[in-house]
Amino acid sequence: MATVFESEEVTVKVGEEEIRTTLTTFLLPSLLLMLGAMLIVVSIFLPYWQMTLKAPQYPKGLHVEVYVNKMTGDVREVDGLNHYIGMPKLEEAAQLERSFSVIALVVLALLLTAGVFIHNQWAGVLALPAILYPAIFLADMAYWLYTFGHNLDPKAPLSSSIKPFTPPVLGEGVIGQFRTVASLGPGLILAMVASFVILIGLWFHRRAYKPIVDARKRQARRMEARRG
Amino acid sequence: MPTGKLDDYIMFSSGGQGGQVLVIGLPSMRLLKVIGVFTPEPWQGYGYGSLETQAVLEGGFAKGKPIYWGDTHHPALSETNGEYDGQFLFINDKANARLAVIDLRDFETKQIVKNPNAINDHGGGFVTPNTEYVIEGPQYATPIGWEYAPVDQYKEKYRGVITFWAFDREKGRVDVARSFQIELPPYWQDLCDAGKKVSEGWIFCNSINTELATGGIELGLPPFEAGTAQRDMDYLHIINWKKAEELVKAGKAETINGIQVLRLETVAQEGVLFFAPEPKSPHGADVAPGGDYIVVGGKLDPHVTVYSFQKIQDAIAKGPTEKDEYGVPILNFDDVKEAQVELGLGPLHTQFDDQGYAYTSLFLDSAVARWSLGGPYRQDGWKLEGKLPVHYNIGHLAAAEGDTVSPDGKYLVALNKWSIDRFALVGPLHPQNLQLIDISQPGDKMQILYDMPIGIAEPHYAQIIKADKLQPWEVYPEVGWDPLKQAVDPNAPQAGQERIERRGNTVEIWMTAVRSHYKPERVEVKKGDHVIWHITNVDRARDATHGFALPGYNISLTIEPGETTTIEFDADQAGVFTYYCTEFCSALHLEMMGYFTVQP
Repeated sequence: MATVFESEEVTVKVGEEEIRTTLTTFLLPSLLLMLGAMLIVVSIFLPYWQMTLKAPQYPKGLHVEVYVNKMTGDVREVDGLNHYIGMPKLEEAAQLERSFSVIALVVLALLLTAGVFIHNQWAGVLALPAILYPAIFLADMAYWLYTFGHNLDPKAPLSSSIKPFTPPVLGEGVIGQFRTVASLGPGLILAMVASFVILIGLWFHRRAYKPIVDARKRQARRMEARRG
Repeated sequence: MPTGKLDDYIMFSSGGQGGQVLVIGLPSMRLLKVIGVFTPEPWQGYGYGSLETQAVLEGGFAKGKPIYWGDTHHPALSETNGEYDGQFLFINDKANARLAVIDLRDFETKQIVKNPNAINDHGGGFVTPNTEYVIEGPQYATPIGWEYAPVDQYKEKYRGVITFWAFDREKGRVDVARSFQIELPPYWQDLCDAGKKVSEGWIFCNSINTELATGGIELGLPPFEAGTAQRDMDYLHIINWKKAEELVKAGKAETINGIQVLRLETVAQEGVLFFAPEPKSPHGADVAPGGDYIVVGGKLDPHVTVYSFQKIQDAIAKGPTEKDEYGVPILNFDDVKEAQVELGLGPLHTQFDDQGYAYTSLFLDSAVARWSLGGPYRQDGWKLEGKLPVHYNIGHLAAAEGDTVSPDGKYLVALNKWSIDRFALVGPLHPQNLQLIDISQPGDKMQILYDMPIGIAEPHYAQIIKADKLQPWEVYPEVGWDPLKQAVDPNAPQAGQERIERRGNTVEIWMTAVRSHYKPERVEVKKGDHVIWHITNVDRARDATHGFALPGYNISLTIEPGETTTIEFDADQAGVFTYYCTEFCSALHLEMMGYFTVQP
């Protein structure tokens, strides 16, 4: 009697642990990938990059916030000042990127979500654009800052006193009486956190599914060998 | 007051015969702005070509005759429940009986109304506790309706007229159609104040010529200064304006020169107008914060006389037995008097603080008297607390929010008429002296903190408002803003839509101004062309104001960020004219110019 009772108890215990292990192993990577997707979607609504221009006659400074699809803040005033050095209007920068950015990010998020249902290394391939995305954004930003700083209108009022320059992507710079401070916005920080979360997610994804994939492969090989 | 620190209070002072309003920060006593009101003002581009400002000034023309100055006396901030609300400022022109409306979003004059039935005024502007009406009290009696009558017919034909300008807060304008006037005997009504709280619905004005003196020193008759001081008593006018409003609505008014007028016999019979005797030729009629007492300065009498509103009501209820020769009921002096406090020589105007003290200017003593109110204000009331000499010949005085239902105390400004030896000599015409006084300590402790010379005219009254009640704009809300309409003008030039169009002999220009150029920079017309020229300042930075000066055509504009304005003139002089920016807007400001060429 006692033995039967004990063995039943053991069976139940093993079942609970199994469920818990299964949950951690298979649910965690899915959750992390979906969290990554969510962070990317949320980041659309937040500024990615911001610049403050400080000068004596602007006690509160001038602020420009760059979102993936728009620019806000003192854009008009900064454009007005930039005309003195012959810099194009900010609106002309990254027009193509801004036009498809929202759709592109939604696609990135969908690809990540797909990784939840794809239980092999292809999940990692699908997640790759999302992982690289923050670096791509910054590289594009740097490209546009360089392009703007090096395409000054030679007929502008201050063209002789301002040499072509690249405004810093991050950190401080000086142009005329303006001290500029460029920094990451909460949107880009979220995208970076998303990259990190996705990498961890993929690591758990691999830990959960690699043994299964390997086991299947081994089984397939064994079947092959038996048939052969 | 350290540099860069902002003031706690803003004082709006009359600019006297300069026809302007002075805006002064307290306690720094820094002059912040001079607002052009009745007088053209080149810095603000007020009256030098801009059609919008010209329209305001023309509103104040007298039967079409241009008037380009004013004698501003009494600024009045708009009120809500008896408190300054910081939305509008009104000021009268004593010389020509006019009232101006200033919008405190942009501190610019929006309207001037000419009183159609009075040639001069004095006891205004002041507002009812919710700014239903801005009241313009009269001064020297003239035949009503701007008629002629010989001075010999003074008693029969000459009258005082008090005007209740209805104010439309939504539109920010006086509404003449809803306004009305009350005909008064020719007693030279002087200064008025509106009742508040318990006395809301009433106003009080003193008067100085119940003698009906008509002067004539050259004929051997007593001059006005003596003739008006023959009787022992003049009359405090007590007017029930709510009742008057009802009578107007009931159709009991007569329209004279486009405004409804309640005739003297109507107001005398219908319980609108009552008199209470007051020591002769007084000055000032100031209502205490609770609305319960009215203080009249003795001027020729060393006392202030305090009337109780409750006693006035009781006396009216009892039924006055006496009447003056125009049929106006006279209340018994002893029935309505609460107290008389001896202060010194020449008591004129009274202000109040938050401690139950009253402050009265003593012109002859050149001093400010602090005295305590009795009744609910202070237990040891109705007595002189102390005097502070001021320099010199004080007229009005203004305490922080000192004529509202809740005065702040802290500061008081003495508006002295003479400065004599207080400043470096600058020729025979001396500046006036506004003195800032600390009134935060009790009893007889008052201290002069600062002397501020005023070298543009003689200010009369001032009001002091807590700075945070004002919500002025940093720049106009949108580009293409018409400050007269306080809305975007759909026809305003916008960036990218600059153009010049010719229709026959009319050339219309849509121009923008931005740091540091106008667009277009070349405007060519033919001699004799009619030119309509719109300019918008499309800059949005705080303080990025542009000017526009066109030599030879008497044109000077000031266009604040977002503002649009229009000039219109005939190009009757051929030649080459350089228009340029008169406000130092940027490093390339000197380059901000253009050529207006007029072909012969």
